[in-house]
Amino acid sequence: MAAPQVTLQSITGVDVELRIAGAGSRSYAFIIDWHIRFVVAFAWLIVASLLYAGRLSVFDGGESPWDRGYVVWVLLPMSVIYFGYHPILEMLMRGSTPGKRMAGVRIVTRTGDIPGPGALLLRNVFRLIDSMPFVYLVGLVAVVFTEQHVRIGDLAAGTLLIIDRDESERSFARIAPTRGLDPQAADLIHELLERWNDLDENTRVQLARTLIARVDKTVTTEELARWTPHALRTRMKQLLNPESAA
Amino acid sequence: MSAETGLQAWLASRIESWRQVTPKLDALERSRNHTAAEATQAIELYRSLGRDLSIARRILPASRVTRALEHSYTKLHAIIYRKPHDFRARLRILFREEIPDVVHELRTAIFWVTLLFVLSAGAGWWLVSSYPELISLLASEEMINGVERGKLWTEGMLNVAPSSVISIGILSNNIAVSLMAFCVGVFFGLGTFYIVSTNGLMLGAMFAFTHQHGLSGELLKFVTAHGVVELSVICLAAAAGVMLGESLIRPTHPTRRESFQHAAGKTSRLLLLCALLLVGCGFIEGYLSPNPDFPMISRVIVGFGYGIVMLGALTGHLFGRSRQNRAPVSEA
Repeated sequence: MAAPQVTLQSITGVDVELRIAGAGSRSYAFIIDWHIRFVVAFAWLIVASLLYAGRLSVFDGGESPWDRGYVVWVLLPMSVIYFGYHPILEMLMRGSTPGKRMAGVRIVTRTGDIPGPGALLLRNVFRLIDSMPFVYLVGLVAVVFTEQHVRIGDLAAGTLLIIDRDESERSFARIAPTRGLDPQAADLIHELLERWNDLDENTRVQLARTLIARVDKTVTTEELARWTPHALRTRMKQLLNPESAA
Repeated sequence: MSAETGLQAWLASRIESWRQVTPKLDALERSRNHTAAEATQAIELYRSLGRDLSIARRILPASRVTRALEHSYTKLHAIIYRKPHDFRARLRILFREEIPDVVHELRTAIFWVTLLFVLSAGAGWWLVSSYPELISLLASEEMINGVERGKLWTEGMLNVAPSSVISIGILSNNIAVSLMAFCVGVFFGLGTFYIVSTNGLMLGAMFAFTHQHGLSGELLKFVTAHGVVELSVICLAAAAGVMLGESLIRPTHPTRRESFQHAAGKTSRLLLLCALLLVGCGFIEGYLSPNPDFPMISRVIVGFGYGIVMLGALTGHLFGRSRQNRAPVSEA
């Protein structure tokens, strides 16, 4: 089944299909964000407590457990870090957070635009419902069963989570026109070289032989069959950068 | 010229400009105040990227280059179409126009929710007056023992924690309750009814219980300064929640999703004002309400004075809304 999409309509007539992120990408982004905010809030608690009281807690001894300075300088900022993490960062990073960026997802409106502060705040207010009864069960069920994989907060704010992996710089960098090499083949060779270590031996050798046979007519099939994986890789690099081989 | 040579030539002619796109987009995204020349350049870049993307889709379909162009094009689209950044004007419209219009639209829901709250409070009073043992379901043992000894639980609050700490705790809790009263409206309004009725029930029950031990006057004294606005705000947030539920039961748009989104977007503006009003309540409840030095008359003045401020804010007059603008703006 194809991933659900939303169309970004443009006045130039060139529309773009934005792929909607599923429960996996969402959960991955959330787990990263949760760890970041937990670690930062906890680090604040430790450091600010040590700076304020010279020890990790003021709740021992005969002092009042609700020391004003401790609440204002330690507990309050910690709560702001923990509970304000999503709304504040989403507004500052225009629909993204460090976790979402790492997971390659971003919040957009249903028309593909950057959501405003009101929509982002509303989306976060509904975490009260989405997190019910525990570990975001309501939100997760909503994401799994809705057509566009949205939680209740997204339904209320009119937002979507889309897949947004920025590969522009890398992709543009590697399409330097190579004399005699088909750009599509060059793109495939780049991709294979990038994924070389992730693929198993047989697959990468098979793919490399197929690609080299397609673009390099000076090598026969018999010769290719004899080449080692290292030789195949070197030849692909030479095809992309003939000058470096010279 | 063969097709492949033509393709190579096209790529060679475009590659440099594509490489410059990413830093250009980053610069455009960072800045909020663009000159006319920068705006024109951005639009020209948008057209040029659109052309390139269109060609790339034909000759390099499903390639990473096409995807990268799509990404840059999408990013530039978002930059060009983002709303103008005028925070002060936005706030002015919000408080002068939008919130009063929402309040006007919600007036029937506000009436019924308030009535439900009052009836629940009456029911709570009657239940505890008739069956005093029921108070154990609503109050903690410590509170019950205290009242039975003739001491209200609010006494000595300032000895336990400073006013600022009490205020922060109270306002956070009240904001959370109001947001919850709004959000649970998603369960077809039933969640909101539950929260309003339990809050009313508890209030009535506590008054009945303290009345049985001659402490209802003390409780009223404690509640007066902050209670007027605090209880009103809970009813306002609940009315917004009811509207959410109604949007699902009786959709105003072709689909329930659209209807829900529209209702949530509209009513959530009121929540911002509710949260601000609750901050004031928190400070009154932390500094004034538990302090026995303040006589009843000062509490009445503060309570009703703050109530008038709330009414001014809800009608927009506090923020300079003129009387001519009172009719709600009808939506196209």
